Amino acid sequence: MIEAILVMALGAVVLGAALGYAAVKFRVEGDPLVEKIDAILPQTQCGQCGFPGCKPYAEAIARGEAEINQCPPGGEEGIRKLADLLGREVKELSAEHGVEKPKSVAFIDEQRCIGCTLCIQACPVDAIVGAAKQMHTIVAAQCTGCELCLPPCPVDCISMRPIAETPQTWKWKYPVFAIRPVHPAHPAPGSRP
Amino acid sequence: MNALRKLFSFHGGVKPDYHKEASAQTPIAVPPAPTLLTIPLHQSIGGTPHPIVKVGDAVLKGQRIGEADGMVSSAVHASTSGTVVAVDLRPLAHPSGLSVLCVTIAPDGQDRWIDAQPFDYRQASPLETRDYLRDAGVVGLGGAVFPSHLKVNPGKLGRLETLVINGAECEPFITCDDLLMRERAVGLIRGMAIMRELLNADRVLLGIEDNKPEAIAMMRKALTQAPDVAAHEAIEVVVVPTRYPAGGAKQLIRVLTGIEVPHGQRSTDYGVQCFNVGTAFAIYEAIDLGRPLLSRIVTVAGNVERPGNYDVLLGTPMRHLIELCGARPGTDRLIMGGPMMGVTLPNDAVPVVKATNCILAGTPALFPPPPPEMPCIRCGECAKVCPADLQPFELYWFSRAKLFGKTQEYHLFDCIECGCCAYVCPSRIPLVDYYRFAKSEIWARERDKEAADEARERYEFRQLREEREKQEKAAKLAAKTAAGREKAAATLAEAEKLAQAPVLTPAEDAKKALIAAALERARAQKDAVQPGNTEQLSDEQRAEIAAIEARRAEIRAMAKPHLPPDD
Repeated sequence: MIEAILVMALGAVVLGAALGYAAVKFRVEGDPLVEKIDAILPQTQCGQCGFPGCKPYAEAIARGEAEINQCPPGGEEGIRKLADLLGREVKELSAEHGVEKPKSVAFIDEQRCIGCTLCIQACPVDAIVGAAKQMHTIVAAQCTGCELCLPPCPVDCISMRPIAETPQTWKWKYPVFAIRPVHPAHPAPGSRP
Repeated sequence: MNALRKLFSFHGGVKPDYHKEASAQTPIAVPPAPTLLTIPLHQSIGGTPHPIVKVGDAVLKGQRIGEADGMVSSAVHASTSGTVVAVDLRPLAHPSGLSVLCVTIAPDGQDRWIDAQPFDYRQASPLETRDYLRDAGVVGLGGAVFPSHLKVNPGKLGRLETLVINGAECEPFITCDDLLMRERAVGLIRGMAIMRELLNADRVLLGIEDNKPEAIAMMRKALTQAPDVAAHEAIEVVVVPTRYPAGGAKQLIRVLTGIEVPHGQRSTDYGVQCFNVGTAFAIYEAIDLGRPLLSRIVTVAGNVERPGNYDVLLGTPMRHLIELCGARPGTDRLIMGGPMMGVTLPNDAVPVVKATNCILAGTPALFPPPPPEMPCIRCGECAKVCPADLQPFELYWFSRAKLFGKTQEYHLFDCIECGCCAYVCPSRIPLVDYYRFAKSEIWARERDKEAADEARERYEFRQLREEREKQEKAAKLAAKTAAGREKAAATLAEAEKLAQAPVLTPAEDAKKALIAAALERARAQKDAVQPGNTEQLSDEQRAEIAAIEARRAEIRAMAKPHLPPDD
């Protein structure tokens, strides 16, 4: 009887020690859910969601304080991925936060730029180079297309230009076939393009 | 020897109609140079070369016009001598029809070469040899245009067991490799010998499908007559059974050596490397003759009067070739490559590039428009013929449903797009189109992901920097205020010493002292400043000034009664 109790007690101590050690050794730093949400967000850092960047928005979603349909650059696909991750329902993109646009980059008209540095201060990813009273220019490869540099510009010399397709970025189209009407006299109304 | 060699077999494959006779009848012809050559700078996998010529420059045949951009890239050259008339965006031989940077040359008709010098690869280090091949623009001519200098590397093992040279040419209609082997066997054997040395390979196996008896005979004959005995011993011509796609790199390696390269690994890790015969010949030309890759053999077939093979200068418009072969009416499209793997081109003005092994003039009769797609009935025929041992119907389902993660789980990227599955599909589903769609979507997503990761990093760094700057500013301000206080305290102490009236509070006293000090400073400054132009004047000038001053005083006295009172 006493041996049985001792064996059980010893087992409890050993297992407790193991669990305690594991809790210290394999402690999870930060909130993995925030990281996962942040990985889905497009990192445009545009603030259209109402939060000052993608990470704060991810934190708000994780806390349940924000909807998943507030990110226009992420678009429908982003919403679908967030819904999958969080087990929430897919929603339409919230109109008050903006609309999904084709990807574009900012472009500075260098003739009109006066070198005021206001856009440099506004750029969330440091993609604008220049100095006071010197011409500024955009590093197109690093521009996220957030449009945050547009409002501060006093001479309106920044415009957004859609990214041109190259043979390297060109995508094969989803195969679609035309459905031909059987009787040419009565074309089927629902024929696909 | 060959009779004893045990051949292996790859899974699946099909036996389409080959249609090779038509274009294999006549020897390789050299077409006259066109009036304009449009040479795209991007002709290989990897970075786009930088143009190093400008409009108006005179170029020689073989002169480099585009410099390789980094290691994974390959140079491009002027295919003939002439003048550069444009460096601009022009449509590329690509299904997208998009434009890329091209150098357009107006040939002068003299075809003057650069001073071509052979390259002594035995004296050069492996790195120098690879740089030389990169600058000679040698890329894989089987169709994938992977820069060859990256493959001329024995890898981790430092030596290669088997060097496979691909002369299988399994795709219907195409005969450019067949004709190359028939007509240029000696140079080809020299190229294989050079590659054997560069790659430190024990043996070289040249695989040729058994439907090319002339090529097999010519290669065997050239091998017995080869002057280099060591090369003769190590190189072997192996006849492989005709079955599409025996010319796929992995499939040919499997047939010749029995090695099946696992998913995600490279054949060099298993002591095997595979090159196309065209590439081997290009390496011979680059190293022994010092000639960069300027032309390639192109099969022109389909709806033309005289199908055949042509040694075409890179940059020649395809229309030029089709006219030369006698265009027949009814051609509705041009296909680059064969009917199984080729792509439809946007128009006939696009230039021949390093990847152009065949141009097919298509008609609705020759290649009927794809019949409507029917539902998949899961018959499994596609899985039976897949040479990559994949499950094409599963890939189809997932690609169609845009479940790209699933397609990768089913190894979509092991698909070589050979088209066997679509060829046998009873529902006539354009399976390869779905795979290409899924692949390009996945690549686009990967690019987006990389861009997002970089943006995140830069954003976080910016926040870190802003925080640091804020702290630095605060520290600076604190230091400044502290210094100001110290100074004020010092002045105060001094003022206290001087102070005669102890009734003043120390603060008032300090203030007064500061004011006094400021007044003193101002006075000293005033004293120091003197009119700059009143010194060193002659007596006459002084007299003149005095006279003027007197006149002024007079006028002032006269004007005073008329002026309003000054207040």
